[in-house]
Amino acid sequence: MNPSLAVIFLTLFAGSGFGLMAVVAAVNDFHIDGGLSPLLTVIAAAFSLVLVTIGMIASTTHLANPKNAWRAFSRWRTSWLAREGVLAVLFYPLTIAYLGWVFFMNADRDTVALILGNSAAVVGLVTIFAQGMIYACLRTIRQWHTPLVPANFFVLGLALGTTLLATARVVTNGPDKSLIGMAIALLIAAAVMKAIYYFWIGKPSGTTLQTATGFSGTKVRLLDQGHTFGTFLTREFSNSITPLTAMRLKIVVYVVGFAIPAGVLTLALHEPIELFAIIAPLAAFFGIGVERYLFFIEAQHVINLYHGRAPAAMPKMGPAPKGHLKIQSTKVLVPSLDKH
Amino acid sequence: MRLGLAIDLDTCVGCHACATACKEWNTSAMTAPLTDYEPYGKEPSGVWFNRVRHYEIGDYPNNKTTNFPMSCMHCENAECVTVCPTGASYKRPEDGIVLVDQDKCMGCNYCAWACPYGARELDHESGTMKKCTLCVDRIYDQELPVEERKPACVLACPAHARLFGDLDDSESVISRVVRERGGYALMPELNYHPTNHYLPPRPRPTIPTNDLGRHSLAHKVKEWVNRVVER
Repeated sequence: MNPSLAVIFLTLFAGSGFGLMAVVAAVNDFHIDGGLSPLLTVIAAAFSLVLVTIGMIASTTHLANPKNAWRAFSRWRTSWLAREGVLAVLFYPLTIAYLGWVFFMNADRDTVALILGNSAAVVGLVTIFAQGMIYACLRTIRQWHTPLVPANFFVLGLALGTTLLATARVVTNGPDKSLIGMAIALLIAAAVMKAIYYFWIGKPSGTTLQTATGFSGTKVRLLDQGHTFGTFLTREFSNSITPLTAMRLKIVVYVVGFAIPAGVLTLALHEPIELFAIIAPLAAFFGIGVERYLFFIEAQHVINLYHGRAPAAMPKMGPAPKGHLKIQSTKVLVPSLDKH
Repeated sequence: MRLGLAIDLDTCVGCHACATACKEWNTSAMTAPLTDYEPYGKEPSGVWFNRVRHYEIGDYPNNKTTNFPMSCMHCENAECVTVCPTGASYKRPEDGIVLVDQDKCMGCNYCAWACPYGARELDHESGTMKKCTLCVDRIYDQELPVEERKPACVLACPAHARLFGDLDDSESVISRVVRERGGYALMPELNYHPTNHYLPPRPRPTIPTNDLGRHSLAHKVKEWVNRVVER
């Protein structure tokens, strides 16, 4: 799939914003590390809104006809994209009300604050689910058609949000032991969940050029795609990277996205590192941004079969698939690209 | 009523007449225009509703070239419609034709992601998704003679490899042909239940090649020259 920055930013920043709000509510609910001060609560909730807004604005930039974007809320009965839009918009008044209440009443533990904060958190978490389902409901893209996708979005959003909040605590010298523990646990959980996902997509899928053309009893080879240069279909769906590049990027995801943030936060438990802790969220955002790039570039739409791609043309971490399922992801579909 | 096409892979000669006739009609029809990018430039491309691909089926000497035209299948379970957030994509209850309301589409590409058959293409000029309309503005046109009330691709096909009709009516020509020739749907495992069906090539005896005599020396030299000299 085309890894457009718009959708990478949408899922990365909006996901972390919703995760941050959920962690703020949980920390205040259970007085984790003594709960947040009203000031830090306001700052964190406002930052969550900023992140969600970056994501929402990014998402509108990939629309070819944004003047009709307001219509995207109308089909929430059937479309996960519409549901995500409705829920994301519902997140704003709840979070702003929570933010305003805590700011003006200077109290983040009373009943109203708890109700508002938790409502915003729940709406945010359900929005992450809807966001994951946008991809998971597509039967045309095997790498997305799995419950692991919304589960990954959940745990990655929560890991990013908790890393942000823990870093804020480290920088401001507040009590941070439990928050750091939560952040490290969520980073590890996210790393494991992602490993399960990478294992899952390494398996060949059921749909092949044989079932796609109906000639299931024999070999089918592409002779000609019928067009001289790229089409909408090749531009949108034929993007891919070599298995080696994918492997290298996965190492970046694991080192920069998970190991470095967890390491920096562990260090913060023992040493007063203060501002140095900012490396943790920066690395996490970069690494998980690379993870999101991989999520899109590794997704192979079934239409690629008609253009002669192997069914499981998926880079995987284990040994290469055997026999006729050779990895062909380096094949150039657009002849003109060959020359450059 | 469930209107759709049956495409005969036995007789399709791969001439792309259906694709060009489709382009010709639809570039001034209800979702017009079908924008071309750099039509006279170095890398021409554009919006097409019908694309023909070519495959080699089987191994030599039991192989065969099969031409494979693909357009919207007007699926019964059209997920492109389900996923559309704006309600621009819809399936007409009266005849099952899947259409895009150009006034409502916001160009998010989500329906194209949901379509396994590559039937939807974004027009970068208008910013909207466009697709095969089954020539909905032809097939009901009372001004046209009855025999011309068919999609442009069907009328253009020189090999009569395309049939148009109602697949709900079990006695229609198209239903009978699909039944008798063993017409099938593409990627049935995805459960989109496409309306369009493909008729498989008829079985034919293989032309024997092992009884051909040895080539003459002059022929061999000619072959060698053809291989060596670049054109």
